Amino acid sequence: MTEPVLSVRDLKVEFPTRRGILTAVDGVSFDIAPGEILGVVGESGAGKSITGTAIIGLIEPPGRIAAGEVMLRGLRIDALSGEAMRKIRGKRIGMVFQDPLTSLNPLYRIGEQLIETITTHLNLSGAQARTRALELLAEVGIPAPETRIDNYPHQFSGGMRQRVVLALALAAEPELVIADEPTTALDVSVQAQIIALLKRLCRQHGAAVMLITHDMGVIAETADRVAVMYAGRIVEVGPVRDVITAPLHPYTKGLMGSIPSLTGETDRLTQIPGSMPRLTAIPSGCAFHPRCPRAFVPCPTFRPELQNEAKSQVACWLYQPFPVTAGALP
Amino acid sequence: MLAFIIRRLLQAIVVMLTVALIAFTLFRFVGDPVNQMVGIETSAEERAQLRQDLGLNDPVVFQFVRFIGNAARLNFGSSYQFKTPVIDLIADRLPATLELAFVSALFSLLVGIPMGVYTALHQRSILSNVFLAASLIGISLPTFLIGILLIFLFPVTLHILPSFGRGDVVHIGFWSTGLLTASGLKALVLPAVTLGLFQMTLIMRLVRGEMLEVLRTDYIKFARARGLSDRAVNFGHALKNTLVPVMTIAGLQLGSIIAFALITESVFQWPGMGLLFLRAVQNVDIPIMSAYLLLVALIFVIINLTVDLLYAVVDPRIRIDARTA
Repeated sequence: MTEPVLSVRDLKVEFPTRRGILTAVDGVSFDIAPGEILGVVGESGAGKSITGTAIIGLIEPPGRIAAGEVMLRGLRIDALSGEAMRKIRGKRIGMVFQDPLTSLNPLYRIGEQLIETITTHLNLSGAQARTRALELLAEVGIPAPETRIDNYPHQFSGGMRQRVVLALALAAEPELVIADEPTTALDVSVQAQIIALLKRLCRQHGAAVMLITHDMGVIAETADRVAVMYAGRIVEVGPVRDVITAPLHPYTKGLMGSIPSLTGETDRLTQIPGSMPRLTAIPSGCAFHPRCPRAFVPCPTFRPELQNEAKSQVACWLYQPFPVTAGALP
Repeated sequence: MLAFIIRRLLQAIVVMLTVALIAFTLFRFVGDPVNQMVGIETSAEERAQLRQDLGLNDPVVFQFVRFIGNAARLNFGSSYQFKTPVIDLIADRLPATLELAFVSALFSLLVGIPMGVYTALHQRSILSNVFLAASLIGISLPTFLIGILLIFLFPVTLHILPSFGRGDVVHIGFWSTGLLTASGLKALVLPAVTLGLFQMTLIMRLVRGEMLEVLRTDYIKFARARGLSDRAVNFGHALKNTLVPVMTIAGLQLGSIIAFALITESVFQWPGMGLLFLRAVQNVDIPIMSAYLLLVALIFVIINLTVDLLYAVVDPRIRIDARTA
């Protein structure tokens, strides 16, 4: 197996607050292979975005990476100095945010923002950077880039702005693009275009993608593998086909059951009782056990780790021998 | 853009006419102008003649139109106390007030903006807290008290800097300036600091608040994610967005600095318009009062107009709106 582009091990992100330390991401591990698209799904507050933000090193203080490591092609980046990390951001890891309407600075022409990004990372003159900016705009499908390059963000539609954002994220040919809900704020009709564009561009540039979303449709269409997050942990990770057609973890099953199908005749959509726990009150053991229809003896006490099961990995006691002393513990 | 300017100019004219109406009614309601101009021994016929000559028997509308016509030609009549044309009195004192106002505005911007940026970027540092505590003093102490304290500290105790007056001035055409002589500059320091201190703290707090707001926006987060240097993010992206609202407030504050310079002028006996106005109030010198009112309104209108136009220069969104409107 080739060396992964990104390797995250036991990542733990904490936010100290007055009411104690909140653990938003708790022991998350995953790899992304070169050129691979990893989908990350989960409900709001599952820690998806925080994981992405932690990888690129933009957790707002007082939040901090409390444990674990993030390796970018073998280089440990979570402990780098601010300046060294800055050189990686944009250059080796690109990021796309949720809302294209607010991602661009309204007071600068899009060309200025592109050229600024290009000259920060690549050793190009102003004129060369402008040529490169024009190429990028053409590549992301902005019509008439020569005139549009001098426009301000508010002169573009939402979909067009997200194309500009993609051009910005790809400006320095990063090896990894973290796309944090890139289509959530867009019209449904534009979503598919942007996802197709993201997929095509990353294929062409050979960039791996971490695609954060809560839209299973987007994942099914785009991703190679998918990681399902719940309460700051990954509960299941595997090839997208397997996870969608044969989910293992009860939470994943619930998630899949709650999606309406266009072709199949589902009588009722299943729903998962309860809601995701607050960060201040994450249940002991498996965080999902209070809502889990199949919870049993070890679940409230012991936390399951990810184990191989079929082609996937799943963190659930249903698939692994559980500690026998469970019932005897206080 | 032209339509935008024309619309703004029309609005400005309406404002000026309204203020002119108020200035005009001052004459009508604050006593009889004839009584204030003549002595006790003036006969009734002479009074009637004067009333006729001044046009006080004409309908009010005619008088108002004439007042505006005169004001437009900068003819505000003669001062009751000095018996000289009001416009000469004002032209004589305007440079002093404007220099004081501009220097203190400059002081408040040059000190207030960097302090605001610093406190926003280094929220937890000790220096930030010192700045914030000091700004509380600046914002809560009345201007005259600050002036008196400064006079006590520098001229009285330390024997540096003059405590009153404008120092030596140089005349350039009609303009008298204290900026070209050492004593003029020295005399300017304390009044300018006194007048600008409140504005400085205001601007500092405004810049800090706006900057903190801007630093939380998505485009700043995205700018960081693009790997731009802290310098480019903080000063290229964040500061520019911060300054848009700050510009409006600073512009309006410049107007109030000019208008309310009179307290500082009276503390430091600064020979400006404010002092002239204060004396006019004491002596019910209505021509000066109404001319001052009009002048201050004009200054406010001009500043507002300039700020609106600057806004359009800085913020492209407004430029487009203005074009389509």
